[in-house]
Amino acid sequence: MTTQRAEDLADAGTQSAPGESVAAEAARSGRFAALGQGLQQVLAFGTLIALIIVFTIASPKFLTITNLSSILLSTAVIGILAVGTTFVIITGGIDLSLGTAMTLCSVVTGLLLTDAGLPLPLGVLGGIAMGALIGLINGFNVAVLGLPPFIATLSMMLVAQGLALVLSGVKPIYFTTVDGFSKIALGEIIPKVPNAVLVLFGLAILAGIILRKTILGRMTYAIGSNEEATRLSGINTRRWVLAIYTLAGVATGVAGVVLAARLNSAQPQLGVGYELQAIAAVIIGGTSLLGGRGSILGTVIGALIMSVLINGLRILAIQTEWQTVVVGLVVLVAVFADNLRKRRAEGGGHR
Amino acid sequence: MSQLLTVEGISKGFPGVQALDGVNFELDRGEVLALVGENGAGKSTLMKILSGIYTMDSGRIAIDGDEVDVNDPKVAQKLGISIIHQEMNLMPHLTVAQNIYIGREPRTGPWLRDGELNRRTKQLLEGLNIHLRPSQVVGDLTVASQQMVEIAKALSYDHTKILIMDEPTSAISISETQVLFGLIRSLRDRGVGIVYISHRMEELRQIADRVTVLRDGQYVGTRRMDEVSDDEIISMMVGREISAGYSSRQDVPAHTGELALSVRSLSTKKLLRDVSFDLHKGEILGFAGLMGAGRTETARALIGADPVSGGTVAVNGKEVRISGPEVAVRLGIGYLPEDRKRHGLMLEQDVAFNVAMASLSSNKAPLGFLREGRARKVTDRFIKALRIKTPSSRTMVKTLSGGNQQKVVIAKWLARDCDVLIFDEPTRGIDVGAKEEIYKLLNDLADEGKAIIMISSELPEVLRLSHRIVVMSQGRVTGTLTPDKADQESIMKLATQNIEDVAA
Repeated sequence: MTTQRAEDLADAGTQSAPGESVAAEAARSGRFAALGQGLQQVLAFGTLIALIIVFTIASPKFLTITNLSSILLSTAVIGILAVGTTFVIITGGIDLSLGTAMTLCSVVTGLLLTDAGLPLPLGVLGGIAMGALIGLINGFNVAVLGLPPFIATLSMMLVAQGLALVLSGVKPIYFTTVDGFSKIALGEIIPKVPNAVLVLFGLAILAGIILRKTILGRMTYAIGSNEEATRLSGINTRRWVLAIYTLAGVATGVAGVVLAARLNSAQPQLGVGYELQAIAAVIIGGTSLLGGRGSILGTVIGALIMSVLINGLRILAIQTEWQTVVVGLVVLVAVFADNLRKRRAEGGGHR
Repeated sequence: MSQLLTVEGISKGFPGVQALDGVNFELDRGEVLALVGENGAGKSTLMKILSGIYTMDSGRIAIDGDEVDVNDPKVAQKLGISIIHQEMNLMPHLTVAQNIYIGREPRTGPWLRDGELNRRTKQLLEGLNIHLRPSQVVGDLTVASQQMVEIAKALSYDHTKILIMDEPTSAISISETQVLFGLIRSLRDRGVGIVYISHRMEELRQIADRVTVLRDGQYVGTRRMDEVSDDEIISMMVGREISAGYSSRQDVPAHTGELALSVRSLSTKKLLRDVSFDLHKGEILGFAGLMGAGRTETARALIGADPVSGGTVAVNGKEVRISGPEVAVRLGIGYLPEDRKRHGLMLEQDVAFNVAMASLSSNKAPLGFLREGRARKVTDRFIKALRIKTPSSRTMVKTLSGGNQQKVVIAKWLARDCDVLIFDEPTRGIDVGAKEEIYKLLNDLADEGKAIIMISSELPEVLRLSHRIVVMSQGRVTGTLTPDKADQESIMKLATQNIEDVAA
């Protein structure tokens, strides 16, 4: 029954209603097709602007430098995770281990800087290296062992969570003895702009260049578009998948360091749920879960939409629980818009 | 009595295209009407109008003399019109019976009655002389058997009077085609009117009573099959005379070209046994055989896409180990897969993206940066050289026609400058005019000294292009023919050779 209904809907979507002129229908679908890739980014950007306008009108407390700075700061960690995982999602994969892996990286940085007493740069590099290692293992499980990304990274999520708890002895690690660590996130090289935000934008620009201008980015799109065709074109797809997951792991490591710096502590209990927020940001930004399509700019906008929304709702004194509900609905709308665009662009609807 | 189906003056426009412009045809009871035309001639649009998927702009459809308004697929079903699409719509994890009666399962309240379902299906299949068990899982069946399930499904609506088949044989073997034809004939004898869309002239000869030709959305004419020649049909389709020499090539040089590739005793666990052949520079080596004979498997094993259990490969006289496609490409061997859309192209990416795919690693700047500008230039050059019909190198490949998509795949390998090219069914799903262009391209490439393997299920094509023909059956090479010794009969004999007894 369900398939039947779905098919009817698809037909209704593609067939011009008797009264409607074919030309109008065509013009519309043509416009959609022409906009193609950019449409959802435009949509996302429009949504972001609209939200800002609405909240500005609703509350005088919204559009202040302090509040904007706090929005940006709260975007940083999720944004960094999302930028990294955009690569994985464009290949058609998914990474559920982001959140707890990030926590493990925080803990490793914490141990290196406090227990081991290493100098600051080494501790930071250690945390990032941990992220790279986790990414490499994820990539190995997916590319070489051939596990589905969902399963491979789900198990990594649990392993990383366990390890973070074991290594930390289930206690937060405080960086109070480490001079300048919290500056990584909270220092302001540019006044009113926390360094964490600079890290996010720096990383995003770098990721954008990699995705658009380098062979690694090209392979990311190619594998997501058609892995077998990529392989038959004489490309060692395994190696590239490995590289892409490792790259995402590096971003996870950076996020771990930034989070630890922001809290001036490594919290081993934290982390679960971050992966889903990051994935949500990627999807709101127009990256397709089916792979082959997406952008870093979209992801950054997606992450900003989420934090603007949460911040605005908080200012309007809406309960935290409801904030979560709203974010869920936004993800739903984003995916629906993506589907709608795809159906229009294909024009046929019959696949 | 009036005609079973009358179609008069049907027109349908899409933005920028008049897909159909005043098309007429009539279908009688117990008749097989072939509908032919190049890709884009409007066949599919016409069929979609008849099955209620599209609404026509103007025109008239009558069944048994009564004008009908087919504005919805459900209406078409009620009127007795069933369509079998080119791409199948079956659920692979369900059984034959579950697929056929999907949405119409016999039940008592909420409970399914599987016994009754299977009994009903059995009766239906027996009536159609289809040898399948109702409880078989569809995903385990061959493509041909799945096609039979589709047909049974179409006919399970007991009042089906008109059956439309859109290229039903595009994915099945010659012997399976014969089974399908047997079924079509028995339906015809029962009074069902059948519209049969196909590109394959030989099939039309076997099955069709009359042929209707469309060109650029316009009705060209209808002829009785026994009163029209192939050349006549083709020239109606393309609107010009084609000297389609269907004989084998005459310009065969005694092959003196250097050895490009030498394969000895190539075997795989699954199918291939001791496949050996030589390929020279400037040669087109045809691979003939039935579906499942192991031609595609040979190509895939050769380039390392599938695991090999034995045998040796020498490129330019030097023995090599090809462990994966990336090694094959490094050695200058390019493979153009049979299923372009699934294995050859990134449909959602643009032309330049696809053309650049195989040559990225040899054409990158420091730090892995891409040379976009150069890639576009190379692509533009091939768009011109291969006459790829595309608005620009930035056009999404999905929007191109089959022939032009194939040319994009060819451009990909030419951009990589491969010496050995393996074409797997290079003209499948490509219309007549574009086929000619692909043939010319293959000949030109061979003249330039490329070594070419051409796998094809269309014997006229193999005969016409090949300098030598390797025939395979059941995973083995059963013969290698020169064109002067080869004709359709000699190839078919080798292709159907049963070696199971020898193998045991």
